[in-house]
Amino acid sequence: MSVPTTLTVNGVKRTIEIDDPRVTLLDLLREHLHLTGTKKGCDRGQCGACTVIVDGRRINSCLALAISHDGAEVLTIEGVAQSGAQGGRLHPVQEAFIAHDGLQCGFCTPGQIMSAIAVIQEGEAGDDPERVREAMSGNLCRCGAYQGITEAVLEAQKALGAASVRKVA
Amino acid sequence: MKPFDYVRPATVQAAVAAAAEPGAVYLAAGTNLLDLMKGGVSRPNRLVDVSHLPDLDRIEELADGGVRIGALVRNADLARDLSFARRFPAVAEALLSGASAQLRNAATVGGNLLQRTRCAYFYDTASACNKRDPGAGCDARFGDNRQHAVLGWSESCIATHPSDFCVPLVALDAVVEIEGEAGRREIPLENFHRLPGDTPQRESMLEPGEMIVALRLPAAAAQFAAHARYLKIRDRTSYAFAVVSAAAALRIAGGAIAEARLALGGVALKPWRAREAEAILNGARADAALFDRAAQSALAAAKPSGGNGFKIELARRIVKRALTLAAAGTPERMPALPASPFAAVSGEVIHA
Repeated sequence: MSVPTTLTVNGVKRTIEIDDPRVTLLDLLREHLHLTGTKKGCDRGQCGACTVIVDGRRINSCLALAISHDGAEVLTIEGVAQSGAQGGRLHPVQEAFIAHDGLQCGFCTPGQIMSAIAVIQEGEAGDDPERVREAMSGNLCRCGAYQGITEAVLEAQKALGAASVRKVA
Repeated sequence: MKPFDYVRPATVQAAVAAAAEPGAVYLAAGTNLLDLMKGGVSRPNRLVDVSHLPDLDRIEELADGGVRIGALVRNADLARDLSFARRFPAVAEALLSGASAQLRNAATVGGNLLQRTRCAYFYDTASACNKRDPGAGCDARFGDNRQHAVLGWSESCIATHPSDFCVPLVALDAVVEIEGEAGRREIPLENFHRLPGDTPQRESMLEPGEMIVALRLPAAAAQFAAHARYLKIRDRTSYAFAVVSAAAALRIAGGAIAEARLALGGVALKPWRAREAEAILNGARADAALFDRAAQSALAAAKPSGGNGFKIELARRIVKRALTLAAAGTPERMPALPASPFAAVSGEVIHA
């Protein structure tokens, strides 16, 4: 039995025939849509490498059945940078991760960045590094780049705050 | 993962009918179920996806002052509901101390109640487990069991219930609303989870096919809002299950404790209400000696189920600390590390 499932992924509407209900959202992104930026770490909801934003909320895509998310809007790491004729521009969170060495091997980074974007949107951590660390605790980094990650989240938050002030002005 | 049949009913009645078949289980967010299915621990024939059912994602204020929480309300949404968090701060603190932000964004209220134990022997299909395979034996009993139960355990099963959320809920007299083929019924959460006895495979009072539709807190539960805490000891700072935890809620009037509520987590196969300790606290003046006596009473029946005797003293200390912090008053703002026992209380020595 094949069930058509419609997802809006990074702004593009996609209809996928799901022929096995066991397919997770993570496997759908990686194996069916070839969006391999979202990483499979533990595949059991423990590491956060598979974090994507679904209907405005960050979740572990490894513990979500794709078929159950029919109609959802999904944002992955591939969809966060601005595209443009001159090559576009990275998302301020991506820029901050580079500026603060918020990574070493990079495997957890897409999940870290999706989580960080959500932390800033949630708006609960403020400029308190301890609240940022707690909010990011669902994303493990085995290289131990946590200090740079925390700094990057704080700086990106400032940059995004300034950007939204500019937009309003 | 074993193949399964997937159905997505449109109403609660259709869901209950679809789940009546043997081998059928309900799917909400799936944050625990999918993990169990990937490990071959759960092997359902049919998933009944209830995550799209209408009207179960509401937080409703009731006419009598209580609150009704739909079974599909996400953990994060309940914790972030300002009116709810103000009235039931220990419940919000417990929610925010559990799992990670990603999991809290997905996991539902009903699913939290029905999550399975994290006993490593239950998860390891090569190990003997009476819960997974009745009659097989319990490899945890003489295994690596420092995290296991110290209250209410049996020779059949020494696992613990992993929920943080359920601990303050039990202290505050939450009620579970259940829908089944025979209609609607309700049961106090305190009686919802079963102790293992000889049948650890029977985890709750749900009959096959029954579904949790909502959870209610009575109006009286909000009377503890000014003095309510949930504290949790973890093996790491965040994103870990409780080694032991406690919810303490006090109603203080005229300088004395008019009414106390106390429950423990991580100590038994159900959230553990400590009613005898509450009786000691009721009507007494809040001080360290009183909290000591309450803590002794709460763990009076405890005994190690293996290499976990330390949990008994740790649980006494977390009870005493939860009572101390509750008496000091619910913090204005949610602490940066919700449920952390390591924050200083003014005028108190932490490690006395």
